[in-house]
Amino acid sequence: MSQFEDTQAQRDAIDVDRTKGDFKYEENYAFDAGIGLSEKVVNYIADVKSEESWIREFRLKALKTFTDMPMPTHWATEDLKNIHFDKIRYYLSKGQKVSRTWEEVPDDVKETFERLGIPEAERKFLAGVEAQFDSEAVYSRMKDEMSKLGVIFCGPTEGLRDHPEIFRKWFGKVIPIGDNKFSALNSAVFSGGSFIYVPKGVKVAQPLQAYFRINAENFGQFERTLIIADEGSEITYMEGCTAPKFETATLHSAVVELVALKGAKIQYITVQNWSANVFNLVTKRGVAEEDAEVRWIDCNIGSRLTMKYPGVVLRGKRARGEVLSIALANDGQHQDTGAKMIHAADETTSNIIAKSISVGTGRSTYRGLVHMPKTLRNCKNNTECDALLINEHSRTDTYPAISVRGQKNFVQHEASVSKVSAEQIFYMMQRGLSEGEAMSLAVNGFVNDLVKEFPMEYSVELKRLIELQMEGSVG
Amino acid sequence: MTTLSTSAGNILDQATQKNLSQGQVSHDWFIQLKQKGWDKFTALPMPIRTDEKWRYSDTRSLSLENYHIGKIPSEDEVNQLIAQSHFISRPAGLIIHIDGHCVLRPAISAELAAQGVKFESLEDALKHHPALLKEFLLKHEAGLGGAKFLALHQAYLQSGYVLHVPKGVEIKQPFVSVNWTLTDGVAVFPHALVVADERAQLSIHEYNLSAHPQQKALAISAADLYAGSGARISRFSVQGWSQETQSFEIANTSGAKDSHISSVNAALGSRRARLENTVRIDGPGADVRLYGISVATGEQEFDQRTLQIHNAGKAKSDLLFKNVLLGKSRTIFSGLIKVAPDAQQTDAYQTNRNLLLSGEAEADSMPGLEIEANDVKCSHGATTGQVNPEELFYLLARGIPLSVAQELLAEGFLEEVLSKVDDEESASVVREMFRQKFHQS
Repeated sequence: MSQFEDTQAQRDAIDVDRTKGDFKYEENYAFDAGIGLSEKVVNYIADVKSEESWIREFRLKALKTFTDMPMPTHWATEDLKNIHFDKIRYYLSKGQKVSRTWEEVPDDVKETFERLGIPEAERKFLAGVEAQFDSEAVYSRMKDEMSKLGVIFCGPTEGLRDHPEIFRKWFGKVIPIGDNKFSALNSAVFSGGSFIYVPKGVKVAQPLQAYFRINAENFGQFERTLIIADEGSEITYMEGCTAPKFETATLHSAVVELVALKGAKIQYITVQNWSANVFNLVTKRGVAEEDAEVRWIDCNIGSRLTMKYPGVVLRGKRARGEVLSIALANDGQHQDTGAKMIHAADETTSNIIAKSISVGTGRSTYRGLVHMPKTLRNCKNNTECDALLINEHSRTDTYPAISVRGQKNFVQHEASVSKVSAEQIFYMMQRGLSEGEAMSLAVNGFVNDLVKEFPMEYSVELKRLIELQMEGSVG
Repeated sequence: MTTLSTSAGNILDQATQKNLSQGQVSHDWFIQLKQKGWDKFTALPMPIRTDEKWRYSDTRSLSLENYHIGKIPSEDEVNQLIAQSHFISRPAGLIIHIDGHCVLRPAISAELAAQGVKFESLEDALKHHPALLKEFLLKHEAGLGGAKFLALHQAYLQSGYVLHVPKGVEIKQPFVSVNWTLTDGVAVFPHALVVADERAQLSIHEYNLSAHPQQKALAISAADLYAGSGARISRFSVQGWSQETQSFEIANTSGAKDSHISSVNAALGSRRARLENTVRIDGPGADVRLYGISVATGEQEFDQRTLQIHNAGKAKSDLLFKNVLLGKSRTIFSGLIKVAPDAQQTDAYQTNRNLLLSGEAEADSMPGLEIEANDVKCSHGATTGQVNPEELFYLLARGIPLSVAQELLAEGFLEEVLSKVDDEESASVVREMFRQKFHQS
């Protein structure tokens, strides 16, 4: 790439949203850590958060690991080289967050909210208009209920400060610092996210949502989430939302750790719709102890490049892991998603169902890992991945890796690639639908059995969102 | 069994490579080709564990130390091994190599010769048909990770055969090539060049064997196969090297419009055997079938890497690799289907099935797809498991002992591929080899 193109690309990556909302950062170093990554920045974050020394050491160790590890471009896309780590802001304290008024929000975003049927109260929050969304009123009743049950729901800073006896034991254990380059980055500069503890036997009826705690830093660039479900408990957590999330930051790198103790169930639902300039590089992994279940429901629609392979380590007998994944890659997008199932105890079962849709020049990739070592007996895995290609230059790749030893273990993997059949489209057009409507109906049909697994309000929004994405893809 | 002295003829010694080149028919281009191979070999690093193309392979035990170029075998040895090389009663032609030396030059019928069919050793073909070799020999890179090994093969290119069937000539009876290793520590580099012109039809069966089961050897084979438009090539390749052999085979096949290509790879021998099979479909209407079977025992590692490239649309490829695993063995299947942006209406399939008959064996499977056209039908599937308990119960209930029942079911599992071999005599030979291997384990 020539010098000119390089700087142009950087400018595009950094500026793309500013032109829309026409807002900018106030350069005030008293409240932010400045640009670029260094020990100073990491120390600054630790100071601002008044963290204990072990957390500071954890961060500094992670920074070194991040610096030492190479980019994984020997298997991953070269696009990763376009991330300029020295041009990124790693921490902004609350007062320095971008603020804008509802009037500044672009019309097309407002229209999208309208069409998705996002509640009036949430629209402003989703558009990044802070402090106007009255979350306290809406959700305070739910909050009271949670604390009566003994559920802890806070951010990482509070979690590690106020409940170290619960969270410290598992923090950084499911996903160690050196798991990969981006988990190391997150470990160095994390801020925001959710720390949740569900006590023994407590079954949380309604899903906990990230925008529950509106005044904390929920949608941080480097959020850190740790959910511990104690023996026999159940919890569903929802992250993200279907509305396009406007971001000035071009790199998002979260770490999400789930711990399901004996007999517990955790369901983690993500709908990712970052704007198309965002690199979304996320590490998500759960541990399932005896008879426990960890289930990831993952839907990726936005971002420039997403690399995310939710995993489950099946550590106890009869543990169960599941990943249900939907990815939609439109023009210029690369959805590199998948799943990992590490079987580490007898009679464990895992299931992966991944569906991807590539539109225009979009590229979707499935990467999978299924591992059964030799000491195990009676483990099962089922993997299905289906890809739908809409346009002539749409692209899809599938790279599973399956390693099996042991007795009476059984693994099956199937993948298929297809396009929407001409007969289907013809049939629907004959009944008066436009080609575009027919296409979006066919695509919704393709993902329907997975969408059904989402909570109702999400699945409705998701269907509308897919319709929106499919507009203009044909004809 | 005799052992080569360690001082002379070591393959890692540049003098060995130079001397060998001087002893041969010298076309400048051929000497240059070999020199390029040597330069590339020395420039490339050995594969390491983190190389994506060597994922799951045991790269640590890879070694090219202490292998030597084979000396000319004695007359007794030659007669003995020729007597063991008749796998098909009436082949269209038979060529035999021992330790890289051609010991039986093929004789084809006057009728075939009159039709312009050529079946010769590589050395003879260099003298007689240099233009053919110059056009087709080693025109493709090893794209699946074995570049260093293919480069070494190129540096020592000397033994092998050339088969050329001209336009419209159809030959049903298989040609047979047998490669033996005899001496402990020998390195062999057999090459196969097969060219089927427009509408030609041919079948080639290759047996790669060792005279002694415990002998140490290195075998780096390469095959270039070209099917012209409407041509039919059927290839059956049997890898039965000794248990102490490290073997590598790099095959490149190109199929033109309406060509039919079928290949069956059977793996029995070697301590570690790596197969890299690439097929390029360059014309519409082509139909490619790739089959593989193996029975892995002891600490064997069978490493299978395949690539189906669809450059042209309206073509079909189908792959089926089946492995039976016993002992502490390991099989790796890594397959990729690549569909180019304009190769619309492609049908491409890929299936890997592994039967684990031991709790300590390991089957690794990486079936991959890279699809850049939208009007395609592509799928892949992989399963790893044990014998069907109901089928096993059925046999046990009839008084058949467990080990026999397992063997019967494994034979049935392999039969799906063996039934694709185009010659029954050859298929029975290999069926028997598999049976013996079961009994030994």
